Parts: sequence; C-alpha cells; structure tokens
Amino acid sequence: METITGLLTFWQAQAGKLGEQTLQHIGLTAASLLLAVVLGVPLGLLLTRRPRWAPAVLGVAGALQTVPSIALLGFLIPLLGIGPRPAILALFLYSLLPIIRNTLAGIQGVSPAVVEAARGLGLTDGQVLRRVELPLALPVLFAGIRTATVINVGMATLAAYVAAGGLGEFIFGGIALNNPVMILAGALPAAALALAFDAALAGLQRLSTRRLVRVGAALLAVLPLLGGLYLLPRAAGKLLAGFSPEFVGRADGLPGLRKAYHLRRLPSVVLAPALVYEAARHHDVDLIDGYSTDGRIRAYDLRVLHDDRRTFPPYYAAPVVRPALLAAHPELRGVLDQLAGQISDSVMTNLNYRVDYLHQEPRAVAHAFLRRRGLWKEPRPQTPGAAVVRLGSKIFAEQYILLEMYAALIRGNTGLAVETKTGLGGTTICFEALRTGAIDLYPEYTGTGLLVLLQPSPAVLDSLGGRPPAVFGYVQQQFRRRYGLEWLAPLGFNNTYALLMRQRHARQLGITSISQLSTYLRQ
Amino acid sequence: MPESVTPAIRVAHAHKRYGAHAVVQDVSFALTPGETLVLLGPSGCGKTTLLKMLNRLVEPDAGTIDINGRDVQTQRPEELRRGIGYVIQQVGLLPHYTVAENIAVVPRLLGQAGAAVQERTTALLTRLHLPPERYAGQYPHQLSGGQQQRVGLARALAADPPIVLLDEPFGALDPITRAGIRREFRELEELRRKTVVLVTHDVTEAFELADRILLLNAGQVQQLGTPRELLFRPANNFVRGFFAAERLALQLRTLTLADLQPFLAAPDPAATTLSPATTVQEALENLTRTGSAQARYSFDLAELMAAFGRALQQEEAAWKP
Repeated sequence: METITGLLTFWQAQAGKLGEQTLQHIGLTAASLLLAVVLGVPLGLLLTRRPRWAPAVLGVAGALQTVPSIALLGFLIPLLGIGPRPAILALFLYSLLPIIRNTLAGIQGVSPAVVEAARGLGLTDGQVLRRVELPLALPVLFAGIRTATVINVGMATLAAYVAAGGLGEFIFGGIALNNPVMILAGALPAAALALAFDAALAGLQRLSTRRLVRVGAALLAVLPLLGGLYLLPRAAGKLLAGFSPEFVGRADGLPGLRKAYHLRRLPSVVLAPALVYEAARHHDVDLIDGYSTDGRIRAYDLRVLHDDRRTFPPYYAAPVVRPALLAAHPELRGVLDQLAGQISDSVMTNLNYRVDYLHQEPRAVAHAFLRRRGLWKEPRPQTPGAAVVRLGSKIFAEQYILLEMYAALIRGNTGLAVETKTGLGGTTICFEALRTGAIDLYPEYTGTGLLVLLQPSPAVLDSLGGRPPAVFGYVQQQFRRRYGLEWLAPLGFNNTYALLMRQRHARQLGITSISQLSTYLRQ
Repeated sequence: MPESVTPAIRVAHAHKRYGAHAVVQDVSFALTPGETLVLLGPSGCGKTTLLKMLNRLVEPDAGTIDINGRDVQTQRPEELRRGIGYVIQQVGLLPHYTVAENIAVVPRLLGQAGAAVQERTTALLTRLHLPPERYAGQYPHQLSGGQQQRVGLARALAADPPIVLLDEPFGALDPITRAGIRREFRELEELRRKTVVLVTHDVTEAFELADRILLLNAGQVQQLGTPRELLFRPANNFVRGFFAAERLALQLRTLTLADLQPFLAAPDPAATTLSPATTVQEALENLTRTGSAQARYSFDLAELMAAFGRALQQEEAAWKP
C-alpha cells in the first residue's frame, strides 16, 4: 500500500520526466525496429533464394543475441561514443534474428504448389515475391516483428546506461539507491509498453492476409514517425552534463545541488557510473558527477569543482573497529592513529591513480606511501601463538590501499598477526562482518555510516547541516550506542560526491567552484 | 497430318538429366492444333518434366521446343506462360485471392479491361457449374477439392490460350468426383478447340481423353500413337505389359458402336439411337442404367456383347502385321 502511494507520488512529481522517458523509450524501440525490418527482411528474402547461406547468417544473428547486452554496449561505446547511436545499434542487432528467421520461415512456409502455379500462370519472379510469397509470409513475419518488439522494449531500458534515455533511467536510479518505488516507476511503464505492443501486434497477426498487407505498409510508414519521437527537441544549454543514475536520484545528489546553487539551464543525460568519466574525457559531456578521490580525476585531467556551499555530505574515511580488540591490545589505538589526518584528497587521488591506472599493487603503493611519510617499519618477527587481527575491506582500490597500510603498521609496530579479508563486497557486508565479529576493523566513510547504516530522520540530518565534525561526532556516538562499535580518528580525505569538468575547459571558462558554475549558466 | 499446318507444339530431341539421372531422353513429337496428347507412364518416367519443358518451368539440356512455330527459347518465360494454360494436381489457387480474382490473374497480367475480365469469369464459372453469385467471392479454402480443381481449370482457360497443359489434374480427387469432373472436362466446349497436353498415370483416364498417347518409361518414348494403336499394336513388351491388367476395360472404351455396326441388327426406327462415336463401355452403361422400362434400344445386352466379341476379333486381325 505504502509502495503504491509512494509510486503515485513519484509519478506525479516526475510527470514531465516520465512522459519524456516514455517517448524516448518508444522512439528507441521504433528506430531500432525500423532498421531491423529494413535490413532484416531483405536479408531474409535473400536467404530464401540462397538457402546455403542461411545457417551462417542465422548463426551470426543468433550469436549476436547471446552477447550480454551490457557487454554489447561496452563494445559499441569506443566505436560510437555514448548516446542514442550505440543504444539503437545494440537494439537493432538484438532484433535481427527474429526478423530474419521469421522472414525465411514465412517464405519457406508458402506452399510450393501455390508458387509453382503462380509461376506457371506467367507471374515474373518479382510478381511472385510481391503478390504471392510476401503476403502469404506476412503472418509469420509479423510474429517475428512482434518477438523483436517485445525484446526491444525490455532491452531499451539499458539505453539509460549510455545516456540514451528511456525508462531505464528510473530503473537504474532506483537500483543504485535501493529504492523499490523508483525501480517500479520505470519498470511498470516499460512492462506496460511491452504488453501493449505485444497485444497490438497479436491483434494484427489475426487479420486476413489482405488487410495485413495494408497494415504492414502503414506500419512501415509509422515506424519512422515513432522513431522520430526521439528527436523531439530537448532543452539545450551552454553545457551538457552526464550523471550517474544514483546521483540524479538521491536527495543529496543532483536535487540538493540544484536547490543549493540554483542550478538552472543545465540539460543532462543519464549514463552508467562506469561511463561518466569516459564521457567527460571524450567531450561527449562537459560536466559529470564523480568521487573526489577517484584516480581517473588525475588520469583524465579533470577538475573537482569546489563545493563552496557544502551541499555534498562529508564522506571522511576512518577506521571502524571492535572495542574488544582495543581493550585486549591497548597499544593498537596509537598504531592505528598514526594515519589520522595523514592523507589529503589529492594524495588519495594520486594513490588510487597508481593502482587503478598504473596497475601497481595496492600493497606496494601503501608501503611506498608509508616510507615517504617515515611511518614504515620492517615487520617484527612473529611471536608464535600471537593474537590475530582481522582486517576487512570493500572491493575497490582505495579500500585495498588503506587495508595494506593498516596491515603494515600493525606488523611493524606490534607482535600481532594480521589477516586481511578483502572483497567483502559493499557496505552492508563489511558492516555485518564487523558486527558479528568476522572481522575486527574496516575503513568506512562518515557519510555512508550516517545515510546508509544509521539512516536518521530528516530533522537530525538538518541539524547536522553537513558539517564534517558534527557528522563525525554523531556517527561516532550513535555507533557506540547502537552497535557497540568504535570510529577512530579520520584519515583526512573526503571521498564525497564531486562535480567534475575537464581541467582545460574549466580554466577556459574560469570556473573553479559550483557557485561560479551556477553564475556562468545563468548569464 | 497435313504438312502445311504449323504444329501447335513441336518437340525435337529433348533431353534432361538431373545429376547422373537421365529424366528425359531424346523425346520428339508434334501436335496439330486442337489435338489432345496424353503423356502416360509410371511414376518417375519423366512425363511431368517433359510437360514443364513446354512452358519453360524446366529448361531442357538439349533439343528444341517450338510453340506455334516459335522456339520457346526466343521468348521471355513469363510471356510464353501467359499464352499457355496450366493446371496442376495440387491446384495451387492463391489462398489470399477470391475465386474470381484467381481466375482473373492471367487476363489482368495481360492488361485486359476489367469489365471484359469479369464477364469472362462469370461465363467460365457458369459453364463449370459454379454459380458465380455464390462462388465468385469465396476464398479457395471454402471450396471442396473438386470445386477447387474446377476453379483451377477456369483460371487456366481465362485468357483463352490456344494451348493448355494439365499435370495430373484429377489425381488428388476421390474416384466419384474424379469421374464426374472428367466427364465435364471432356464435354467442355472450351477445350475441344484447344491443343491439350495432359499428364497422367491412369490408363483409363488416358484412353478416355486422348487423341494420341505418348507412353514413356525411364525417360524414353515407348510408343506414340492413338489409343487403338497402343492397344492393338503395342510397339514392345513394355507397352503390352503396361495395358495387360486392364485390357478388356480398355477395349470396351476404345471400340465404338461404329465398329460394331456390321455385327448388329439394322436399327429400329422407333428405338433410341446412340451416336456411332459412343464407346461400347458407354453403351453398356446406358443399357444397364436406364433399364428396359424407360428407353428402348435397337439391341439388348447379349446382342451388344456378341457384336463386341466379333468386332474385337476383326480389329485384332486388321492390326496384325
């Protein structure tokens, strides 16, 4: 019940967006279908005349369908960039098989006696095809188009990953935010579209051959119009932004930013988180969201715009530990605190860059850092039967590097043994592992602790006001109270949301902060 | 056959092979306009292939085929076919066309005016006992097998082609429908004037319809001649053996009252007279069907059979070499 009211509220609030996405969705489906019909039907007809090629052509079309959609889009992006082109091409490739196969099957299903009689009466080959074979193959051909349409409506949700719009924007936003209402807001209209197209085409299939010929011709005329829905003029502006679905959806992402900075006239597209950096690098978009310590900021020469009004919540990294560990080994606190305040945003970005882009070992990067800071000590000889400290991390480079730093510090400064458990997936898994005692420590971010784990009321959030010390204090206090877990001193860097531009572009426009961006857009 | 008349169809030394298998070997014949030739032989003897060579659905490997004095190779296949009626066993009506539209296909291809085509369609349907007001607008799947074959025949005749090719046209019908439609076919005024080539493996059908029969086996001509020739002077053992099982039935169908005339009593003026061209088979059917109560004939069953026996002896003696 709550979900339904939530859904209706969401649709009401996002009515404009819903309409636009639905039209885009239909446009994508129709455009790719048109391509598939225009190419697939002649190809199928060719195969009826050259049956020896059929296994090869159908094999290739079938193989294309088995390529996972995300992988297919991944292959197409380097060739076609982001936007509707890779999306339409991918959908086109997926719909080829049913259309070619059913064209072939439809023509082959025409009674040989009818074809022979038609030829015997003096119809030319072209007349036999147009007046006899094609009309009689139409019901089967339509079944193929129907299959392709339903596949396409479903697949078109993936277009949201490559900035091609469609109902997938809500779905992926909802997945990223773990928001079922938002997922349904996109999934229900997509399913309804698929069912409506399916029912309409099923109805057509039952028509007599004669009517079907006319309907088929009409459909060929209508498809380009539907495909044209995609080309409806969209808001244009000085800059084009490319955002990940999560950023667009969450309150402290784009919506908060728009409110705080009065960001206007900023048209944006939605695309897969993994692609936003690439899109900025290739000038497909001018402004993206990202994380302030991502190695790609350095690799692609991007600039983090200063969040001068502090709308992004602080995500300061700090180790979270089980108090029992500290009680049993009091010397540990001092050892762990050696890193407190040691790592700035740019230092962390640099370290991430080494691992993600130079493909250096997280361990080597961590040790080199400790050496530079004079914190490095050779590991002490292991005392037999020494207690074991178990360190955990989520699965990305930054966490691996931090984990290796802590492991080296513990080994160099205490006689304790260290066991590392990397790859504990996301936040929830790490947190549960720590709570149940499967690990003793993992690096967490204050914003994550606050918004994902504690989930306080809006009133509380308001009172914290996004001030880093207030957030840290609240998280530390609440973790102690609720879970009996301890936050140690933060490491210094803030891995939060960031707005990024290409360094050169930002310099040309003289933009260093989000306020300046807002002013520039309003000029 | 007068030399001056151009043959409607002339086939000279036609050959066709599929891979290593020779389907038609050195076949030659010529038909005068209006003649009906039956291509007869067991399954796989090459008769259908030979027929399809005439309208270029099959191209011969060697040999020439002239239609109305023109080599078919000098004509575009479609145009050649529009001038030759074609009927096949499976009928092959266009399922998405009505009966009337099916019949109108060739006239429309030839660009004939709509009113003329409609008039012709109506006339043909009437003549083939398919009342146009009821059947013209129906689709093929609504018709029985016999009705479909009649529409197929009407379609072949629609543009009034001088030549009609029929490939086992009655082969898919049940025996009763088959006998009925065959009678209609024989009595159809339209066909009398036309040069007809008909393929069948049914000996009775061949004897009933043919002016001449071309008996084929394994692609080779065994004998070409009138039914009487094939029956009374078989060219070889294959021909003799081919007709052996149905010899008496064929003799009844071949000899006519004209042949029996010398052995029958003088006609009674008050009796019903049958045409001299009536076959003995038909005369027998007439005698047994109507019974003595209704019609009077100048002979009874016993007299007819006795005359048949004597006429047969005389015929066989006459054909002796």
